[in-house]
Amino acid sequence: MILIAIISLGGIGAIGAGFLYAASKKFEVYEDPRIAEIQDVLPNANCGGCGYPGCPSFATACVNADTLDGLFCPVGGKDTMARVASIMGMEAGGADPMIAVVRCNGTCSARPHLNNYDGAKSCAIAASLYGGETGCSFGCYSYGDCVASCGFDAIRINPETRLPEVIEDKCTSCGACVKACPKNIIELRKKGPKSRRVFVSCINKDKGGVARKACANACIGCGKCVKECPFESITLNDNLAYIDYMKCRLCRKCVGVCPTGAIHELNFPPKKEKPAEVTEKTNQKQ
Amino acid sequence: MLRTFRIGGIHPPENKFSAGKKITPLDLPAQVIIPLGQHIGAPAKAVVKKGDTVKVGTLLAQAGGFVSANIHSSVSGKVNKIDQVIDASGYKKPAIFIDVDGDEWEESIDRSERYIKDCNLSSKEIITKIADAGIVGLGGATFPTQVKLSPPPGSKAEVLIINAVECEPYLTSDHSLMMEKGKEIMTGVTILMQAIHVTKAVIGIENNKPDAINYFNELAREYKGIEIMPLKVQYPQGGEKQLIDAVMRRQVKSGALPISEGAVVQNVGTAFAVYEAVQKNKPLVERVVTVTGKGVANPCNLLVRIGTPISKLIEAAGGIPENTGKIIGGGPMMGKALVSADVPVTKGSSGILILSKEEAKRKPVYDCIRCAKCVNVCPMGLNPTFLMNLTEFLDWEAAEKNNIVDCIECGSCSYTCPANRPLLDHIRLGKGKVMGIIRARKS
Amino acid sequence: MENNNLYVSPSPHIHSGDSISKNMYGVLIALIPSLLVSLYFFGLGALIVTVTSVAACLIFEFVIQKFLFKKEPTLWDGSAAITGVLLAFNLPSNLPVWIILIGALAAIGIGKMSFGGLGNNIFNPALVGRVFLLISFPAQMTTWPVPGKFPMTYLDGETGATVLSLIQWNREAVPSHVQMLTGDMGGSLGEVGAIALLLGLAYMLFRKIITWHIPVYLIGTVAVFTGIMHGVNPEKYADPLTHILSGGLLLGAIFMATDYVTSPLTRTGMIIYAIGIGLLTSVIRLFGAYPEGMSFAILIMNAFTPLINSYVKPKHFGGK
Repeated sequence: MILIAIISLGGIGAIGAGFLYAASKKFEVYEDPRIAEIQDVLPNANCGGCGYPGCPSFATACVNADTLDGLFCPVGGKDTMARVASIMGMEAGGADPMIAVVRCNGTCSARPHLNNYDGAKSCAIAASLYGGETGCSFGCYSYGDCVASCGFDAIRINPETRLPEVIEDKCTSCGACVKACPKNIIELRKKGPKSRRVFVSCINKDKGGVARKACANACIGCGKCVKECPFESITLNDNLAYIDYMKCRLCRKCVGVCPTGAIHELNFPPKKEKPAEVTEKTNQKQ
Repeated sequence: MLRTFRIGGIHPPENKFSAGKKITPLDLPAQVIIPLGQHIGAPAKAVVKKGDTVKVGTLLAQAGGFVSANIHSSVSGKVNKIDQVIDASGYKKPAIFIDVDGDEWEESIDRSERYIKDCNLSSKEIITKIADAGIVGLGGATFPTQVKLSPPPGSKAEVLIINAVECEPYLTSDHSLMMEKGKEIMTGVTILMQAIHVTKAVIGIENNKPDAINYFNELAREYKGIEIMPLKVQYPQGGEKQLIDAVMRRQVKSGALPISEGAVVQNVGTAFAVYEAVQKNKPLVERVVTVTGKGVANPCNLLVRIGTPISKLIEAAGGIPENTGKIIGGGPMMGKALVSADVPVTKGSSGILILSKEEAKRKPVYDCIRCAKCVNVCPMGLNPTFLMNLTEFLDWEAAEKNNIVDCIECGSCSYTCPANRPLLDHIRLGKGKVMGIIRARKS
Repeated sequence: MENNNLYVSPSPHIHSGDSISKNMYGVLIALIPSLLVSLYFFGLGALIVTVTSVAACLIFEFVIQKFLFKKEPTLWDGSAAITGVLLAFNLPSNLPVWIILIGALAAIGIGKMSFGGLGNNIFNPALVGRVFLLISFPAQMTTWPVPGKFPMTYLDGETGATVLSLIQWNREAVPSHVQMLTGDMGGSLGEVGAIALLLGLAYMLFRKIITWHIPVYLIGTVAVFTGIMHGVNPEKYADPLTHILSGGLLLGAIFMATDYVTSPLTRTGMIIYAIGIGLLTSVIRLFGAYPEGMSFAILIMNAFTPLINSYVKPKHFGGK
């Protein structure tokens, strides 16, 4: 009796094992073991900041690439890429650390509301409807599509200004918010030495008078900063100044001449008097 | 049993306060603002410049592409400037500002009251005249009419359907036009039939307008091949595909044009504009606009020059009521909420509706209770609550598979939802995204 | 925003005025006739059970939303009250208060809130509560007081069996169809009184709260299936009318299977779902160990609802 049970169960087991073995041989897919290794050193946040849909595809891309130039994990940064490079036995591609920058400073007080938006609270939906609650049709809607898109809790809406704020320690420059913002307000810029940056916090392309009327803090395209800049890093297009972060040497002369305070400086030690519009927290980490 | 379309539909309170009111011409404003993009398609290109003197009917801007339309001056005077203005789209768009000076018309326009019945022009000549006059679909979609009348090669129109259902609550501009310009409309319909080489036309009228049905039945005896079809009141019967289903019992396939089922649909207001363009050489410079709302002192139907600021229209209707919460360009279901009363009347403005704060404010949103009311009312047979979820989760692939692009944005789902969910807000966004993806894939 | 600015929103700009609470209160109104019938036949017991159940459901809903979810309680949308009434309707009128409390906690806590509240639950909360009690307290849940005329007894009344048990064990004692129509039979609070339940159905159909598909197809399926079996062996199997009028069939078909949240979205889906419930109920009743199978059948088909929703699409305009 026991014997029959052992034989029959053993037999079933053996047949099953044979089946599984054959199946695993037949359907085996070869995968480069380095893909798994690279995946282990990646942050595995699957944010897509590298331009690939998730960490596994980035790892595959690293393994298949001839050089690591152009492949960069913004979340892991240089350390991670160095480790990836050592797995691959290659040189790591270089990239400056970047950070998301909000280019609108139309606070509630600077930008009076002319109507009340009453639709679904989504910037994308509002953008498909109209230019916004204020006179500025370029500015932030403050319904937080960027906040919802951020996988790292690195951006939030300041309840007082109703504008998004990037939390510098947490931002990994993955670019999710840049894609989420229907107004293209958020830009990835070079983080800068000691996180020091100078940028035009406005993207209003209206004529000066119109922009000014809509928002007290708008860039009016007066061009004073362009003249002031010793390094020719500022350009003026469509009534809007833009600072090229690759050319900017952070001299901060433009900040002083801007009549509307649209040019912001971040994380500089206070001069004599700290400019009032600098609201973001100083980054103490470095 | 009266016909109607066979899937979904709702019946919101009709509130047609201005029904039966005579069309009254509105006084000329001091300045008109004529946007260059009043139609679907490419905006027109301005051919006048600052300081030019224009008359009523002078060409201001030429069609900027195949799907585009000419724009004519609706007043006589001087071009003040060409500048950006917030129009009904909610965004700043280029527009021509004209300071009004007298009321002088181009000589070619026949301004007499004389009614001209016969038209001996060929199809091509008619379509050219319509294109020159800058006529667009006046039901609200503002699709350039000449494009609709030139069917793609290989397709043949069998029947012309005239949309006289006016299914939007509140609006009566088409109704009033039908009661006063019946003969002209019938001639317009005949001209349209000539243009697309059909011998049959059906005018669909909802049976909440019995006077119009009777009047047109009488008129139809004198015009060959035009049938009047009373339809059951059901929103959105004015949707092109819904009207074809109601009239012909044929459903246009997903992504196909009405012509695939042999139908060409034109609005009744368009038919009148066609009459004026072809028989009287008059370009589209004025239209009938309903000004209405529960709080409006004197709901009325006004004959308005294109470009008149809507604040003038509201004044004529007794002024902006206190407690105004929303001004809508168009009807309550598909109209656009306007950011201010300075927005000008355009070719597509069928009505100005004023809602009080209480009517306008949306109610708080709750979780979906899966009552399936939106599924039951959707006239396109979609699953709105599912599509809204897909849009929220950015799942464009599944949204496409579930036919999100077939949505006609009629708003029946949002209207019905007991949880006040903004279904259409999300679906419209998703539809736009998916259409963009499809376009990118094709190119 | 307390300024005079215009509102701006995407279309549509008007709303039907329909709301969740309007629908829920509509269902509650539809339940009133049955409640009156149960008060007549089961008197004080029915009152105590109903009041306890409704109060407990409301309290649990409030507490969980307020202190666990930390959001504004939606107590007055009526959904918790419906769960309370339906749970009570599924209980014998001599059930002790403490058992009812456990049932209400299971219904609201496990059946509804653990999924995220109204709209997110997979199973009908009231039935989760009932089945929980049926399995935990089989003895108390299957002794029913004998119907009387406004009896003032609660826990100490005379008990009897339901029609369905009688069919299985004692065919002679099965009440007549007329008795079943009016509700003069043993059973849970709300199952008795077919006429009252049908009155509720008529009201809900009139108010367009539900569509006719689920009740009609469900009852029809049971009629057909039990009819065939009755035809095969009338000695063993009761006639279809007895099956329809007895047990929780009508209550389930009208009030539980039609629950918005847990039933399919499309007409076709509803029909599949209703036929599924009808078949399962008949099978459990005729061949299963339990005399009654309605609650199990509905819960099983509830689990299939998401599947039905993803496979059965609404009829698309223009075909395709």
